[in-house]
Amino acid sequence: MRNKIVEFRNVSFRYGEEQPWVLKNCSFEIYENEAIAIIGHNGSGKSTIAKLMNGLLFPQEGEIIINNRPVTQDSIWEIRKDVGMVFQNPDNQFVGTTVQDDVAFGMENRGIERDEMVRRINDTLSAVGMQEYRLTEPHKLSGGQKQRVAIASVLAIFPQVLILDEATAMLDPRGRTEIMKTVTNVQEKRNLSLITITHDLQEVVEAERVIVMNAGEVWDEAAPRDIFAKKAELRKIGLDIPFVAALSDELWKAGVPINNEALNHEELLEELWISHSIT
Amino acid sequence: MNNALIIGQYVPGESFVHRLDPRTKITVIFFFVFIVFLANSVISYSVLIVFALASMFTTRIQIRYILKGLTPVWFLIVFTFLLHLIVTNKGTVLIDIFGFSIYSGALIQGFAISIRFFLLILVTSLLTLTTTPIEITDAIEDMLHPLKRIRFPVHELALMMSISLRFIPTLMQETDKISKAQASRGVDFRTGPLRDRVKAVVPLLVPLFVSAFKRAEELAMAMEARGYQGGEGRTKLRELILGKRDYMVFILFIIVTALLFLTRNY
Repeated sequence: MRNKIVEFRNVSFRYGEEQPWVLKNCSFEIYENEAIAIIGHNGSGKSTIAKLMNGLLFPQEGEIIINNRPVTQDSIWEIRKDVGMVFQNPDNQFVGTTVQDDVAFGMENRGIERDEMVRRINDTLSAVGMQEYRLTEPHKLSGGQKQRVAIASVLAIFPQVLILDEATAMLDPRGRTEIMKTVTNVQEKRNLSLITITHDLQEVVEAERVIVMNAGEVWDEAAPRDIFAKKAELRKIGLDIPFVAALSDELWKAGVPINNEALNHEELLEELWISHSIT
Repeated sequence: MNNALIIGQYVPGESFVHRLDPRTKITVIFFFVFIVFLANSVISYSVLIVFALASMFTTRIQIRYILKGLTPVWFLIVFTFLLHLIVTNKGTVLIDIFGFSIYSGALIQGFAISIRFFLLILVTSLLTLTTTPIEITDAIEDMLHPLKRIRFPVHELALMMSISLRFIPTLMQETDKISKAQASRGVDFRTGPLRDRVKAVVPLLVPLFVSAFKRAEELAMAMEARGYQGGEGRTKLRELILGKRDYMVFILFIIVTALLFLTRNY
């Protein structure tokens, strides 16, 4: 049995008294070393969930428990050590004047000794493949490179949870694959739970479990394959099906006998080979 | 594009002056500004000139480049020289043109003041030529540290400076992007009467400000998420260490100052 690391208990949140509820009575759990994806269209409350998880916002109702600690005004500094976040805009989270200064920023805040900082900078930058850019200034990096630095600077404080809040939304396709590869690589090597918040269903495929948000409520919670089986419903709440899933659906409709829901190109190819060799 | 992105006038290098601790450079220049006003004789001026020129040569930056950086100041130097020439009336009359008399004292005075001016600007520009803005920021933070006792926000000031330095290139790239976007919508930045061109800046500045505010908000959130809670209990990655060469420079500077005092009035 894995340990619970994040727990939302009947959480409701709104930005102001007069504002509508952004989250309505949300409850879910996230376990150690788990790769979770939270999806939903714009305004479904998914980014709010991220901000609630490390105390950038506090819920009006309900309770959030991170690593057996409720998130309160007093515990946020401890919680921010456990929960690292990468935001959407690569430029607006880069604090340092060079790559290594930026990675150091979070460690400086926590009063880590200089020798230790230098060691961790080397470790984390090589983990994301950016060690040769140690002294580069941010405006000379691509968006994907900046996001990799952002991931490194989060990893440098050894969090237990890594939240990617639409971290690939502003990147080109190459930057996107760069980040996804880096993240999977990092998650395998270190013990951390990965929470990917996205509206791009393609990124969901890698997750063990998907939480689908709609209008502030947890709409569904299941493995990616089961989620994609509900194509019509997903479309109804404004989410696009990944191309391969849509294609296999159409093939099935057109009478090609494939039985499994394919999530990526290889799986679909395999299915087609099987059906080909049967007929 | 890349050229415009160099902040200040820093010239990368590995010279003796480049590698000095920025605090050393700032301190020496600070005191140099004072002792320049003590010189009052040919020899004492020579001491200062030799010191300034020697520092200039040790930077190993092209002299042409340094002098080019001083161009806007040449006008001021010449202007003060002429002013002194006209206003001062000490010593004997040298020439008499159209009722204006030029005195020998005026010539000497004018020369002395211009040299002072030149030395001041040369030496201070050596600081910015050999020190990155971020090094200067670090040095200022360190040197203002005692002011913390009277609750002067030293750390906050330094952080503000370093964040502005980090965002200057970003905002410049953005300005470039916005001006192209507006130009494609028909805004004309280059031609027309001055009034129209000034007006054309408005559609450039408004989006720039809006995005700068948005950036500030997001940056603040990102900093908080990464555990920033003010200067208390923070450690620093960039370290300033006074080395052997810094002590050498201090000793040298004390000798120069002593020489200056000895040669005064000669």
